[in-house]
Amino acid sequence: MKEHGNIHFCGVGGQGILLASELTAHALLAGGFDVKKSEVHGMAQRGGSVEAHLRFGTDKVYSPLIEPGTVDIMLAFEMMEAVRYLPLLNAKSTVIVNTQKIAPPAVATGKMTYPDQCLDELTSRSITVVPVDAFAIARKVGNLKAVNVALVGVLSRYLPMNEATWVEVIKKRLPPKILDVNLQAFQEGRKAGQ
Amino acid sequence: MSRHTFSTSLKDEEIRGKKPLLFPGRYYLTTDSFSLNRFVRIEEYPVTQKDPAAEKLWFSGNEALALGAFEASVKVASGYPGTPSTEILENLANYKSVYSEWAPNEKVALEVAIGASFAGVRALSTMKHVGLNVAADPLFTASYTGVRGGLVIVVADDPSMYSSQNEQDSRNYAYAAKLPMLEPADPSEAKDFLKLAYRISEQFDTPVLLRSCTRVAHVKGVVTRGAIEKPTLTPGLEKNPAKLVMLPAHARGRRIAIGERQQKLAEFGETLAENRLELGDTKKGFIAAGTSYLYAKEAFPEASFLKIAMVNPLPEKMIRDFASQVETLYIIEDLDPFIEMRVKAMGIACHGKDLVPAIGELSPSVVKKAITGEAGAATFAPAELPPRPPNMCAGCPHRGLFYNLNRLKVFVSGDIGCYTLGALPPLSAMDTCVCMGASIGIAHGMAKALGEEGLGKAVAVIGDSTFIHSGINSLINTVYNKSYSTVIILDNRITGMTGQQPNPASGSTIMGEPANAIDFPELCRAIGVKHVRTVNPHDIEATFAVLKEEIERDEPSVVITRFPCVLTPAEKKRPKTSFTSKIENCTGCTMCLRLGCPAINWVPLSPEEAKGMGKKEKQKGYALINETTCIGCGQCLSLCKFEAIGTGEGK
Repeated sequence: MKEHGNIHFCGVGGQGILLASELTAHALLAGGFDVKKSEVHGMAQRGGSVEAHLRFGTDKVYSPLIEPGTVDIMLAFEMMEAVRYLPLLNAKSTVIVNTQKIAPPAVATGKMTYPDQCLDELTSRSITVVPVDAFAIARKVGNLKAVNVALVGVLSRYLPMNEATWVEVIKKRLPPKILDVNLQAFQEGRKAGQ
Repeated sequence: MSRHTFSTSLKDEEIRGKKPLLFPGRYYLTTDSFSLNRFVRIEEYPVTQKDPAAEKLWFSGNEALALGAFEASVKVASGYPGTPSTEILENLANYKSVYSEWAPNEKVALEVAIGASFAGVRALSTMKHVGLNVAADPLFTASYTGVRGGLVIVVADDPSMYSSQNEQDSRNYAYAAKLPMLEPADPSEAKDFLKLAYRISEQFDTPVLLRSCTRVAHVKGVVTRGAIEKPTLTPGLEKNPAKLVMLPAHARGRRIAIGERQQKLAEFGETLAENRLELGDTKKGFIAAGTSYLYAKEAFPEASFLKIAMVNPLPEKMIRDFASQVETLYIIEDLDPFIEMRVKAMGIACHGKDLVPAIGELSPSVVKKAITGEAGAATFAPAELPPRPPNMCAGCPHRGLFYNLNRLKVFVSGDIGCYTLGALPPLSAMDTCVCMGASIGIAHGMAKALGEEGLGKAVAVIGDSTFIHSGINSLINTVYNKSYSTVIILDNRITGMTGQQPNPASGSTIMGEPANAIDFPELCRAIGVKHVRTVNPHDIEATFAVLKEEIERDEPSVVITRFPCVLTPAEKKRPKTSFTSKIENCTGCTMCLRLGCPAINWVPLSPEEAKGMGKKEKQKGYALINETTCIGCGQCLSLCKFEAIGTGEGK
């Protein structure tokens, strides 16, 4: 059977988005899929909006880019960023969203306000929204930077690889010093994604 | 598909021993920056070397190009950082068999590679598309001299300008300099084509261009390790003035040799297996190269394709054969109608830029819409949201300078780097930005245009790496031609924008070795600048006073704002104390917000809330310091007149 999918990662520079996309790519590769991933580097690193496109399939994946309206799963690290990439979504998309708000410059300086209830933009279009307080998970496991791996834990529920594959990938890809907290974050994320 | 273990690792024997950060079995987070190429993982994988699956790698295009250079036995590599090309050399520096370096600019980098080639080793030069403009001078004549050891120039284009000031199609350089150019579509091809480029270079005695782009460089895919090619030449110096000394008399002879070379390369292209015919449904036939091929293939999987690997010279016979086999011929290519114009010149009817956009990067849906005229599935319109542009980091030393330049109301001739973000509100203190090193010449030109009228009205700002790249020449011009312009060198000790690469002012090399660090004040004095002042840009008031004095001076002056980038390893290690908000004292005056620091957030208050906090009802909010991102640079402290900011001491 042919299987393929498009996963979109988005958030704010510095949230560990690209590491999350790497872990997911490695888990998919370990699951026997062909994978391509595209990132935009450069200006994005300075607190700007960051995204990664990940495409996988049992067949060869050609284009590294996700087409508008074709995201299967979005892993959004920040609420407003989930809404920013609305044109990539369709009514059948699932959006896993970290319920964290990070003020962009115009909001931080009081020129604009952070949009209230911005997730309504998604739910009103019958997009499935899975809100996760990944920041709370990260705080619980004792490392605020573990937000990304907690979200990967949630995402793991939506992909065909088993838990052991994910754990193996995390063990291989993370420095020993921060491995334990991240494994905990992953497990907490998996629980939250049930 | 079987289960594989995918490695991002190098083998022990390949790893540069001198680089203290890298050795097997350990993991290093070199920076928390966006790029995973900076997340250096050198590890031993629990697979046997005999297992072919172990030879599969999950690599970005830039990592694959570094591996390709290693497998091609490249000995010398020189480049200048530029998105999206930077990580090629950063990765190559990890291979101990290769000498890698950051040159001060792309022209120098290419000249270094030409020298290494003349000495009989394989050499690589890497740069972004605009860098090739800088390196164009040696490029055009290296075409005449040819090579001894293989010479390849990797140039990374940036369609859609994700990180660039313009959108250029580097294929035009291949045509103009009469050089062969290969164009890979993904990381796997990037590695294979680089090795092919070296074989072509030596077989046809020519430098070879390899065109990468954002969607090759920063795309990750599966790459298979290949054989290491043994060098066939013995390194050494051979005198051959008729070929290497381009006096007019010699060059005329070489010009004829180039003509013959082009002919041979064109014939070679007809038999090159990588120029690939994929016959399918012949109603539609597509000619495409690089990522454009991927997009077209995704959009029309059933159609016929001629996938071009060598875009210059084009395989005319293959193109004619292909055109005769398909009903309608389409040329799919990013940016310029490079292939299309040549196919049309062959007298072959085809569609190209009449349908396909010439601006911005293509995608499967753009290609599909261009060819069929049908819009894809209806998609949701974008929501209206506050923008999230990039910002200087919390504690960035540049911020204090741009705050002052905004206060001084001067015209700021800017340059390329993180500090170009000084153009954005609320700092809004940059008025021009053209190309690397341009700020100083532009400010001088303005001074000469305006004469006395312009005195005190314009300054040039330039980063340390950009100053070394090509600003020095302009400073020499400023002094020599008796300008009055003030040049501000933003010396943060590193090439910041592209991800903290060391430069000749940093005191270390790409290979992690200590190196000389340029003394900017001494350099400026040697050029003839009499007034050279060094300030700490975090000290807002002292910097303001110095700037005011120097800007009004009727002689050339240089102000060096010196403080290390917050992302340098040493700065990251330095113990820091975050500042705190004394909310009870904050009057909501918004002075501190004028810095645009990401660690200061405005918290709006309703009249009731303000009253509840014991503040005046008309106070609209207060400034709150985010203690997890603040690093205590002190800039905001000097702006607060109400003692609403604590230095965090005794926390």
